[in-house]
Amino acid sequence: MAATIAPTTSSARPAGPRKLLQRLRSGDDAAYVVTLAAAVTVLVITALLIFELYKNSALPRQKFGWSFLTSSAWDPVAGEFGALPFIYGTVVTSALALLIAIPLGVGAAIFLAELAPPWISGVLTFLIELLAAVPSVIIGLLGIFVMIPILTSVAPSIQAALGWSPAFSGPFYGVSLFTAGVVLSVMIIPFIISISREVILTVPNDQREAALALGATRWETTWDAVVPFAKKGIAGSIFLALARALGETMAVTMVVGNDPKIHASLMAPGYSIAAVIANQFTEATGELYLSSLIELGLVLFGLTIVINGGARLLVMSTERGEG
Amino acid sequence: MRLLRRKIVNAVMLGLTALCALFAVGVLMFILGYLAVHGARSLNLNFFTKLPAPVGETGGGMANAILGSAKLLLLATAVGVPIGFLGGVFLAEFASSGFASVVRYVTDLLNGVPSIVMGIFAYTLVVLPQKHFSTLAGGLVLGIMMIPIAVRSSEEFLRGVPLALREGAMALGASKSRSIFTVVIPAAKNGIIAGIMLNIARVAGETAPLIFTAFGNQFWSPGWEQPTASLPVMIYNYAVAPYDDWHQQAWSAGFVLLMLVLSVNIITRVAFTTRGPALR
Repeated sequence: MAATIAPTTSSARPAGPRKLLQRLRSGDDAAYVVTLAAAVTVLVITALLIFELYKNSALPRQKFGWSFLTSSAWDPVAGEFGALPFIYGTVVTSALALLIAIPLGVGAAIFLAELAPPWISGVLTFLIELLAAVPSVIIGLLGIFVMIPILTSVAPSIQAALGWSPAFSGPFYGVSLFTAGVVLSVMIIPFIISISREVILTVPNDQREAALALGATRWETTWDAVVPFAKKGIAGSIFLALARALGETMAVTMVVGNDPKIHASLMAPGYSIAAVIANQFTEATGELYLSSLIELGLVLFGLTIVINGGARLLVMSTERGEG
Repeated sequence: MRLLRRKIVNAVMLGLTALCALFAVGVLMFILGYLAVHGARSLNLNFFTKLPAPVGETGGGMANAILGSAKLLLLATAVGVPIGFLGGVFLAEFASSGFASVVRYVTDLLNGVPSIVMGIFAYTLVVLPQKHFSTLAGGLVLGIMMIPIAVRSSEEFLRGVPLALREGAMALGASKSRSIFTVVIPAAKNGIIAGIMLNIARVAGETAPLIFTAFGNQFWSPGWEQPTASLPVMIYNYAVAPYDDWHQQAWSAGFVLLMLVLSVNIITRVAFTTRGPALR
């Protein structure tokens, strides 16, 4: 039964279970199996994440069905749970943040990648990378104690000019969808800058040289020859920033006002999906309450995964030069 | 006239885009300056050595939160770095291109999952079965959040190693695994370590996933099975509380956290800057 002839060299491969053992001992296959296991772990974690979110949100799915997404009732005492006010707050604050961050972020990226002298670009890029590293809870801290007083002092003049529109009417208490949007824009600007800059840098030099040879100015070259080439990637960076804004928790939680109602005015307090999870998860009593919060997590996960997945494809297609 | 107009547009747009970049840098400077002024003011030795004072009493510190953060990061590194690094080795050295792009895509998606959702994941995985918050759950969630970036940065730096080095090792008779572990990885070492340092700095500021995993408390938290305070969660709790004294503590904690995160970033980016892929 026992193998009587021991292989003398590693190239002699005995058959059967010993073959596997022998091959593992040779190193290459062992390294392959170990690293493969690590890569597969990533896939397993992602699958498990989706499974856990789905499994633990079964209760509200059975009880409310799709109306969970369209109901604006959020009454833990009565056992009524609807996600609409949170979806509304998440979308409005993120849209506002993008409105502020896109021109600033793309403008800065163009400057850093195309127009600035290399040493200035190097220094500024380094500092903007640092801004991206600032933890969101610190942005939120400044949001509460700096941004709110500033906005409170300028709010009357904003409202004097724009108060006729429902979006800027009503009393302003400092915490609001507007405040959250402004704070959120600070979080995503460095993100847009660094990805857009990288995408613009991948544009082939032929584009620039051809435009400059035709007598275009630096700006015309940038705007007419470089940016159009990179536009898919820039769009990708914006979508990545949007995904990040939708999921951003702390900075929003600290300034949005935490009011689970839908107000048309940006000056009114609101709530976001991430904020309600952060605030109510530990105090959720009863299974339905907790699993409703988990279903909100599933909704947020779905939103960000769709936007992220699309954005990655956009960025990848530009970097491959299909622009 | 037309040429003049074009030149003016050129100059104006140069100025405008420069202003955009300066605005972003200005925000960073403002954050740094404001925290330095407000945070450093009340920072003293007590902050690093004392437990938080009960409401109404002045003084006290956040020694438990500092230790808690250190323990969470230690656990996160132990979970995230080996899996992430080995996954990166697989993508760079072993994977077939089809499977590699699937793993890469899923890794990027996992990286994009909001941190609060990661918190729910760790809650259902650890807190729910155990029925209590713990350092373990908090460290695990931070570790999982480290994996995607560890995979991608390790992979990029391994790919940056010139093919000639691999061929040299193989020509000398080394097996593939031997050339990877004795030639390729040592050549990419600096970049990989830098990536890990930045990764740790990134999760050090994570707050949302800790709120309902590590939770927080006002005491020392021995072992791994009890809830533990951490700097970011302390900053959050103290900032939204209605006490001026706590706000002051939040500024100090914010200053300490920001200094830690930024100094790791600056040191890493300056010391480990090598030819090769950009650090993220």
